[in-house]
Amino acid sequence: MDKAWAELSWEEKRAKRFERWLSPPGVTFANAQAEKVYKERVTRFIKAFTLEKPDRVPCIIPTGFYAAAYAGTNLGEVMYDYDKMKMAWRKLLHEMDADTYVPPALVPPGRALDIMDYKLYKWPGHGLSKTTLSYQAVEGEWMKPDEYDALIRDPSDFWLRTYLPRIFGAFKAFSGLPPWTSFEEIATATFLPFGNPEIQAGFKALMEAGNETMKWIMAVGEVAAESLAMGYPGIMSGLAKAPFDTLGDTLRGTQGVMMDMFQRPQKVHEAMERIAPIAIAGTIASVANATAPTIIMPLHKGADSFMSPKQYETFYWPTFRKVVMAFINEGIFPILFAEGSYNNRLDIIGDFPKGSVAWYFDQTNIFEAKKKIGDKLCIVGNVPTSLIMTGTPQQVKEHCKKLIDGCAPGSGYVLAGGANVDDGNPENLRAMMAAVKEYGVYK
Amino acid sequence: MSGDFINLLADLKEEEVLKLTKERLDAKEDPLKILDDAREGMSIVGKRFAGGEYFLPELVFSGELLAQVTNLVKPHLTGEGVQQKKIGKVIIATVAGDIHDIGLNIVDFMLDVNGFEVTNMGVDVPVEKIVKAVKEIKAPVLGLSGFLTPAFDAMKETVEALEKEGLRKGLKIMIGGGQMDDEVCKYAKADAYGKDAMAAVALTKKWYGVE
Repeated sequence: MDKAWAELSWEEKRAKRFERWLSPPGVTFANAQAEKVYKERVTRFIKAFTLEKPDRVPCIIPTGFYAAAYAGTNLGEVMYDYDKMKMAWRKLLHEMDADTYVPPALVPPGRALDIMDYKLYKWPGHGLSKTTLSYQAVEGEWMKPDEYDALIRDPSDFWLRTYLPRIFGAFKAFSGLPPWTSFEEIATATFLPFGNPEIQAGFKALMEAGNETMKWIMAVGEVAAESLAMGYPGIMSGLAKAPFDTLGDTLRGTQGVMMDMFQRPQKVHEAMERIAPIAIAGTIASVANATAPTIIMPLHKGADSFMSPKQYETFYWPTFRKVVMAFINEGIFPILFAEGSYNNRLDIIGDFPKGSVAWYFDQTNIFEAKKKIGDKLCIVGNVPTSLIMTGTPQQVKEHCKKLIDGCAPGSGYVLAGGANVDDGNPENLRAMMAAVKEYGVYK
Repeated sequence: MSGDFINLLADLKEEEVLKLTKERLDAKEDPLKILDDAREGMSIVGKRFAGGEYFLPELVFSGELLAQVTNLVKPHLTGEGVQQKKIGKVIIATVAGDIHDIGLNIVDFMLDVNGFEVTNMGVDVPVEKIVKAVKEIKAPVLGLSGFLTPAFDAMKETVEALEKEGLRKGLKIMIGGGQMDDEVCKYAKADAYGKDAMAAVALTKKWYGVE
């Protein structure tokens, strides 16, 4: 009999998840050819990720919301019109050769955000001009400096009665709720607040947002299923964040968390320790039924320009590493997306088991990275976004060749963009695929 | 007392700085002198940032200390202080469609401690507003900031609008932030790309012909 899941080593768990990725249950391929190329593509990624030699360098084309512009629409429109969203993403799916495909799961359902009066983000037509190509987070003190203890004592209570009422206008009245953890035996006080029409309106809004999101997920799922059937594997089954980023992005804000590093460093550490297990459990759950065992961790405030190497080692790294190790130990393969540059972090960030994660670089000197961590961990990157958006196909291809020549030897390399490309000449993206086929073949 | 104060502020010793500020006020020292010292302390912070000794957290925290000192001193100020002599004007803005201001504010800080009079227009600034500011403020240097890729076109449109209004000649434009680089500089037809706040200061000094 098979060993129980908990008794497996991380490599055994991962092998099982990789098997599932290779032969995904419930996927009906369009034809034998689609199944064959699907397996080839997954194998290519698995080998590159785990430092074995694939047939050639795999490529991730950096198409964030690119499908929208490519199909002549824009993010603002597809956030509200799911038919248009499907049309755009299907067009890109059918017209762009690739090793993997990202369905429109990162295009949020605009109406659901409207219903909840969502304040954490601005998006096209909602705080940003209708034609803006992306949504953007609103930096702010969503958690006040004197609220660390409340967060640390009971994150769920803090979320429900303090944080959510701030980021969802529809939940404003929830700040007046008593704690849900009540020790009352004959429940009367427990029921009473829910007779309040303002509280009821909050729940109604949430249900409507839920209905809207169901429609949206059907549309996203349709495209995702089609891409799998055509033989394109996904490589992003979930997202996770470093605890420092959770604190700095959407709780205290950059300004706030940086002051806290001086004024209440112990609270910052305690809060991150409290956030870590919640981040771990949430992401593991989201990967449970997914086909690909890979997740992306977009890393924001650990970049060179945000803090010193010492601050990185003290504040950022310990809980970040803890979260990543928890994923590794579950057999998940984390892709760590280092936004900005990590040139001063290369001596630190290699400290993971061999072949257990991939570092995806944005502006880091990737050749240095190859030297320092390349024999231990897979590296991914990093055609400059500016080049893809403003250069010529020939320039892009030449740059890819340089990257492949420097990073591919010995395996452990995936060609990718720096950040996502939202607009520009499609031939520049095709040049990336042409480059891996021409220069990235392992002999 | 003044020397200690400057160094304590530069070393970001919150408690000591505030204690000493109160002591100096109690001793009836000239409040303007205290503010001058604070400026000098901030200028040391700027130098340490430029030298790689300080990073963004120190910069943010020093700003908080300065605000606290200023708040303590303010009630004691009588009449207007004498404006420090500035080298010249610079306008900075995050371009339309982009709401990121961390980099913008660092550039503001560094230009300020290096003696420039900065007009910080904030984020998501429409083309027309920038054109209007350049026309009215008559600053010979303009800094455009952007974090995301939509900024590529917004920068280009801003520069083109300035050309169209006949304001481009004699105006030096630098760009910076997130995904910006020399490629984007060429694309937007700006004069230079600066990779960080120190580069913004160096470019501005160069264009003003000062050292």
